Amino acid sequence: MTPYIIRRVLWLVPVLLVVSVVTFSLMHMAPGGPWDRDSDQKPLPAHIIARLNKQFNLDKPIHEQYLLYMWGAVRGDLGPSYTQPGKNVGELILDRIPYSGRLGLQALLLAVLIGIPLGVIAALRQNTWVDYIALFLSTIGSAVPSFVLGIYLIIVFAVALNLFPVAASDWGDWRAWVLPTIALSVGPAAYMARLTRSSILEILRQDYVRTARAKGLRENVVVVRHVLKNAMIPVWTVLGPITAGLVTGSFVIEQVFSVPGVGRFFVSAISQRDYSMIMGTTLFYALVIALGNLIIDVTYGLFDPRIKVSK
Amino acid sequence: MAVTAAAPKGVVFENTRKPRSLWRDALRRLMRNKMAVASAIVIILIALMAAFASFLPLHPPVDYQSRATDPGGGGTRLPPSWQDGGNSKFLLGTDASGRDVLSRIIFGAQVSLMVGFIPVAIVVAIGLIVGMTAGFMGGRVDMLLMRLTDVVYAFPDLLFIIIMLSALRGTPMANILDGLLLIFVSLSVIGWVGMARLIRGQVLSLKEKEFIEAARSIGMSNRRIMVSHVLPNSLAPIIVAATFGVPGFIISEAILSYIGIGVRPPRPTWGGMVQDGYSNINAAPHLVWIPAACIAILTLAFTFLGDGLRDALDPRMND
Repeated sequence: MTPYIIRRVLWLVPVLLVVSVVTFSLMHMAPGGPWDRDSDQKPLPAHIIARLNKQFNLDKPIHEQYLLYMWGAVRGDLGPSYTQPGKNVGELILDRIPYSGRLGLQALLLAVLIGIPLGVIAALRQNTWVDYIALFLSTIGSAVPSFVLGIYLIIVFAVALNLFPVAASDWGDWRAWVLPTIALSVGPAAYMARLTRSSILEILRQDYVRTARAKGLRENVVVVRHVLKNAMIPVWTVLGPITAGLVTGSFVIEQVFSVPGVGRFFVSAISQRDYSMIMGTTLFYALVIALGNLIIDVTYGLFDPRIKVSK
Repeated sequence: MAVTAAAPKGVVFENTRKPRSLWRDALRRLMRNKMAVASAIVIILIALMAAFASFLPLHPPVDYQSRATDPGGGGTRLPPSWQDGGNSKFLLGTDASGRDVLSRIIFGAQVSLMVGFIPVAIVVAIGLIVGMTAGFMGGRVDMLLMRLTDVVYAFPDLLFIIIMLSALRGTPMANILDGLLLIFVSLSVIGWVGMARLIRGQVLSLKEKEFIEAARSIGMSNRRIMVSHVLPNSLAPIIVAATFGVPGFIISEAILSYIGIGVRPPRPTWGGMVQDGYSNINAAPHLVWIPAACIAILTLAFTFLGDGLRDALDPRMND
């Protein structure tokens, strides 16, 4: 197991390197720079641009800029923001992590609490109306994009019924979190429901389930001890892709609900061409997803003894 | 010969029904799936509407209309025709800039459908070439593909697409088709990897089958084996994956246009319309929910069709 974990951790390095090189070169391929002003504004004087370029190392050759950036990033310094003078990108991201993290974790929890029971019920009542309704709901849930769902939640519960704020300003109030959490969790919940259902149906056909029944175990015991336990293994493995989905979903949902999280930060950095903020948030996202996958893959081996044998 | 002897005299064994091909069977199964058929009809209707949008008696989608009908009128926004102050010439009313909403919805369908189909076609084409080569030849191409997919899977594609779009926004390519070309390219650049991996897997499992061995033993070239045996036998999962790819691309474009880095205004897109109407959501929620509903309907239709195709093409799931 340990060599496997080490290998997986080391694999983070090339992934993050590729992500950083691609992002960095794309950003610098772009015509125009962070000091460009819109056509209706007065352009910055040349000597100021020269000084800014010097301050942000933009006057150096691109590979040198990259190496300088990465040298800083490895030590935890993501450089100064281009558009918010005096602020460090790392600090700016850290300030926003609580919002995005809370939204993501709440959505993940809700998805697990809805998706898994729904899948279990559907599978145990296969081909009944309960099953059909659950399947239909999960198809809709996984097909309707989260931002469309978010918009409908706003129109129904905020605009029409006035139960929740349209654009929350006070994020200490729990009501602000309700709609964005639901909007973000529906897609993963639907996905988990479908997966749980098919996983349980698969396990129900196994010989050991027939054995358990044959030896006279009560149905509840068979389902809980033999079926659920084994059916959860594939469900556990999709938590990796689901984490990635939550991250992608979060910056759209944060935009829709004006959540002051990392995702909105990223979108505004894009429109302002703030190189260092874009690099910083991208690396942060890549790290979150890679770590999520890493944790899932490593624990997967702990849950399922068959994995070790085949390794 | 015992068998012929056992058959009663005068009885001729005939095929009681015509031999059916896999595809005919699949089509029959698909037609039995009501949701899939309804979805296909919805998609065809939307596609016809989008294709003939320029011939329909619509107001131009990008011109200011209200002032022409209501000279000296106060606001430029007209409510939908069923509300007070609505005008029957503008069924869904006009947006904050006075543009006809119905016309923008219909022209917006063009963008969504193009973004659904064109990148999928590119993705399948590249995926076929790379996936087949990797699966059949193995070796370096295969290794490279697998490593590439590892990296791509570790990275949210939408994030990459956003970075790419914003980086290439100022280039000449970004001006072609109001930025649509750049969107096609950005969506395909990431999308082909998953498709190539799927096709590679198909090829790897087919490669070991007896009929491929038979083909090889009669001296067929690799190329002919790929084209006439491997390709037709791996078409079913490719078609299913491509159908599921369409709504994914439609959603991505809607998100991009919603954030404001997708298709360039004033060309109407559903995502862009949601964004335009959003600031006014309290006063005119229909400007937001109508385009949002269109996005949902189209993506749902493709998802149901994909579900139907998967069940139809994979008989094991049915029986």
